[in-house]
Amino acid sequence: MILLEKVSKLYGGSVTALDSVTTHIERGELAAIVGPSGSGKSTMLNIVGTLDRPTSGTVRIDGQDVARLSDRRLSELRATRIGFVFQQFHLAAGTSALDNVADGLLYTGMRRPERRSKAAEALERVGLAHRVGHDPHELSGGEKQRVAIARAVAGRPPLLLADEPTGALDSQSGAGVMALLRDLHAGGTTVVVITHDREIADSLPRQIRMRDGRIVEDTAAVLR
Amino acid sequence: MSARLSPGDVVRVGGVGLRTRPMRAFLSALGIAIGIAAMVAVVGISSSSGAELDRTLSALGTNLLTVSPGRTILGEDAELPLESEAMIARITAVEAVSAIGRVDAKVYRSEHIPEAQTNGIAAYAARTDLLAITGAALRGGTWLNPATERFPSVVLGSAAAERLGIGSAGADTQVVIGGVRFTVIGILAPVALASELDSAALMGWPAATRWLDFDEHPTTVYTRSVEAQLSTVRDKLAATANPEAPNEVDVSRPSDALAAKQATSQAFAGLLLGVGAVALLVGGVGVANTMVISVLERRPEIGLRRALGATRGQIRTQFLAESLLLSALGGAGGVLLGAAVTTGYAAYKTWPVVVPPWALAGGVAATLLIGAVAGLYPAAKAARLSPTEALQTP
Repeated sequence: MILLEKVSKLYGGSVTALDSVTTHIERGELAAIVGPSGSGKSTMLNIVGTLDRPTSGTVRIDGQDVARLSDRRLSELRATRIGFVFQQFHLAAGTSALDNVADGLLYTGMRRPERRSKAAEALERVGLAHRVGHDPHELSGGEKQRVAIARAVAGRPPLLLADEPTGALDSQSGAGVMALLRDLHAGGTTVVVITHDREIADSLPRQIRMRDGRIVEDTAAVLR
Repeated sequence: MSARLSPGDVVRVGGVGLRTRPMRAFLSALGIAIGIAAMVAVVGISSSSGAELDRTLSALGTNLLTVSPGRTILGEDAELPLESEAMIARITAVEAVSAIGRVDAKVYRSEHIPEAQTNGIAAYAARTDLLAITGAALRGGTWLNPATERFPSVVLGSAAAERLGIGSAGADTQVVIGGVRFTVIGILAPVALASELDSAALMGWPAATRWLDFDEHPTTVYTRSVEAQLSTVRDKLAATANPEAPNEVDVSRPSDALAAKQATSQAFAGLLLGVGAVALLVGGVGVANTMVISVLERRPEIGLRRALGATRGQIRTQFLAESLLLSALGGAGGVLLGAAVTTGYAAYKTWPVVVPPWALAGGVAATLLIGAVAGLYPAAKAARLSPTEALQTP
């Protein structure tokens, strides 16, 4: 699903955010990328999510070499193959949960009625069927994050990237969100969680630990 | 496969910024609206006034020619011969002739008014058919008839009546002309084609001769001619009126003067149109400013949309659509406002309401152009934004 080979990312020519990272995440895995701030895990997310291109090295997502894709092809890859969940939710204010989720499918080429029906289905999947018409400001933090997850998975992408999904939540809501991610994984989605929280990372089957732009430990490699 | 947004989705996404910040959208659209309204109103009001002129001219006719004495070679006031009226009436294409003759007497409200306060009112002897030929109408009272033209009766022009402080005609309303008391039997409405009558006191030809030593020389001869032969008549008039000194005769066509006045106000309207265009330009700058701020504020949204799979082109389209929507709203409002102002002003002036369709279409086209130009830079900026940078903005 994700294949990184000697991937480096330099900012401004001198700051090395990623230093020759090589890793492989299989289809159907549930993995954590864990490390303190400044370890390069956010850069990892950007590169794996094709939001940024590496300075050097090869990135293959779902079999496609990212470096050889045009902006249109990359956008298409993000629209159909990758779902994003962010720490700050990024929900549109004044827009109902349903429309927020439906907006996640805007760039897939689906017509509006289809987008809305898929959005309703996704909200049901995350247990928010009763909140369909609510505005984000009427929802709790945990509910907001579940709306954001519904938006990410409404199009049933094979890969879900979650950047500190519990960072802005209390522990109970956070546990609910993690349970939801585990359910999605059980349903066949490849889930990668970026976190600085070791506890959360340790609760997942695989941990990729990072420090100073390098992978210092990968539990999958140990198991093999 | 490449995902294209449907036109409905483009409009919906373009409207996000307007929906979430309605006050700002309203204010920047207002800038555009004021510019467009100013331009539409200027065009509408000048078109309405043009339509009013056409209506006036078609009611009054454009076949009125006036003959008046000019100056002699020596620069002195010339006069028309006594028989000039009769001579002009003999031209075959001339259908009707009337005349007024200046009476050398001053007009006062009463005997007690100081001699110097003449109010600029001129006394004239008038033929009884003057009204029909000049298209004048009475505001009150009656016009001179074969009976009253022999007695000290006077009909005042609208401005003359106002200056004398006379509101209505009546048997006991009298003015003093050349020391003789004249009864005011009528008051004229303003005369479009013969404005000299507005400040005149008009009496019968026989009365002027009898009481005020009128020399019976006409000072203005009014003629109505067959429209098709108007220029032929015009060429003949001077020589016919005064065969001995045709160069001492002035011939004019009052409808030309009205049209010339209209042309002057059209030139002024051109200037106002320029002012409206400046207002529109300022409105456009306002829209550009709003869009630049909008792009800055909505960086996280742009980042999210890129993560959701929006291409650069789709981001550019979104902000261009927002800019176009913003100015289209302003343009629609401005066109309505301009049309309303035109309607109100024309109704107030009792003019026909004319808002030319080309002005409406031009207004809308101008706003769309302004919107496109104003949105171009902010939209390009939004599209260039890297998704990671946009997402990092708190």
